[in-house]
Amino acid sequence: MSIDLATVRRIAHLARIDIDDAALAPMAGELNQILSWVEQLAQVNTDGVPPLTSVVDAELPRRADVVTDGGYPEDVLANAPQAEHGFFAVPKVIE
Amino acid sequence: MSDFLALTLAEARDGLRRRDFTARELADAYIEAMAAARALNAYCAETPEQALAMAAAADQALAAGNAGPLAGIPLGIKDLFCTKDVLSQASSRILEGFKPRYESTVTANLWRDGAVMLGKTAMDEFAMGSSTETAVTGPVTNPWRGEGSNKNLVPGGSSGGSSAAVAAKIALGATGTDTGGSIRQPAAFTGTVGIKPTYGRCSRWGIIAFASSLDQAGPIARTVRDAAILLKSMAGHDPKDSTSINAPVPDFEAALSGDIRGLKVGIPKEYHTTQMPAEIEALWQQGIAWLKDAGAKIVDVSLPHTQYALATYYIVAPAEASSNLARYDGVRYGLRVNNGGGLNDMYAKTRAAGFGKEVKRRILIGTYVLSAGYYDAYYLKAQQVRTLIARDFTEAFKTVDVLLTPTAPSSAFGIGETTDPIAMYLNDVFTVPASLAGLPAMSLPAGLDKAGLPLGLQLIGKVLDEETVIKVGGVIERAAGFAAAPKPWWRS
Repeated sequence: MSIDLATVRRIAHLARIDIDDAALAPMAGELNQILSWVEQLAQVNTDGVPPLTSVVDAELPRRADVVTDGGYPEDVLANAPQAEHGFFAVPKVIE
Repeated sequence: MSDFLALTLAEARDGLRRRDFTARELADAYIEAMAAARALNAYCAETPEQALAMAAAADQALAAGNAGPLAGIPLGIKDLFCTKDVLSQASSRILEGFKPRYESTVTANLWRDGAVMLGKTAMDEFAMGSSTETAVTGPVTNPWRGEGSNKNLVPGGSSGGSSAAVAAKIALGATGTDTGGSIRQPAAFTGTVGIKPTYGRCSRWGIIAFASSLDQAGPIARTVRDAAILLKSMAGHDPKDSTSINAPVPDFEAALSGDIRGLKVGIPKEYHTTQMPAEIEALWQQGIAWLKDAGAKIVDVSLPHTQYALATYYIVAPAEASSNLARYDGVRYGLRVNNGGGLNDMYAKTRAAGFGKEVKRRILIGTYVLSAGYYDAYYLKAQQVRTLIARDFTEAFKTVDVLLTPTAPSSAFGIGETTDPIAMYLNDVFTVPASLAGLPAMSLPAGLDKAGLPLGLQLIGKVLDEETVIKVGGVIERAAGFAAAPKPWWRS
């Protein structure tokens, strides 16, 4: 499987990373190099093998469904590039 | 006390307890050494005022007789750990200016036990790399140089600021994190000891996430004993991390009994690669001989899926990274680039400006392998192979107690020498398998190559059996008698 420029543009959009048109071709080259290298996994027979989703042999812990954290909006907003009236502020979404 | 910097962590701890010297004196010596070593670029933020305040508190506790196990011990903290009100950037531009309002669990544990923070150590951006060349603050230089050479070498990575700081004696110990080898490979490149504990041994809470199913914190130190002391303080169950293991933390230092008679040490045949330099193969054989002399039984074992570990890792880790790094959007913290083009444009421009080349490459690969139509072919397949790799270890550990391998396929290379991404990935060929299986592993210095650069051996243990790894590490350490140290060319 080889990815073309349109695919790079599409995944860059999915990942929300702006890529100049001039940078698309080199990036496609690098990604294809990596993808063709990982293709080797196709040699491994994985019929009936379950995917490993956790290396820890433990059940996810449960706790009471109660509020255990929060109540410090100034801490939450302390690093915001822009905060107004106790909220994160972003560029206008609706015209 | 003439030379504080020459003391190991254990010696400094004992000296402080005996009140031979004060935490303040120790902190002063390290602050001075840290400032004189800026040529190495190991620290991305120095925190001398914090260090002095923490040292004063340690001196009070030592005087009052209620000092913690690490009272007065000066440490470097990898920039991946969130430290309250101190710059924590994962060495990335996208976290420019980020000062968390909270403290990671691991660093909080260290401060609880009395340790002193000297500063934050630089790393490969978001822990993605094996050379610490991609830090936004510039490459870190290895204190070691080849004999008769002035060439600057990399300190390994991604915890290269930590490994360089420990090797240059500008920290008594340091924290690292290891996703595919980021503690062990830099330890091998700098003649230091690094432990990646069992996945879940140390809480990931407050550690900036790269690949959550692999990330684990651990210590880098000068000796096996020092690393064991640090690990004891760093480890422990934390309800804030759902993958944190709820098991008692042993006294790792007490595992250093020196007695490995009858212990079965496995030698995985798949690690004998054709590209391996003869010197590293010879060092491995030497390690085997040392353990045999100490009474261990050497057993040949097979880990048949080893050759697929790197490819598996380079699907799983970028997939998890693409998801974890989605949070950097210019809204809640760090960099924002806004050219008046609306919200989506702000996201894309911010991420384009904030992430470096390798991080972008991995996010794009991760996005691709998780995207509709490719998920099964890449991500699911990799997770299945990961099961087979983990099973290989389970099988091997039915007959042996611990595995011995080299840590890395080379000694430290020159800054700027490795530009091909896959060539860089191959640095982790011996460390990635244990990461994929979540097993504890340690690198320790065992000798020098022809150029006079340190080489490491790796021990891999069973789940939650760091003690055997540490015990065997102590035996190799004593047999190797590794006493070489870099000449302090960097001192200004």
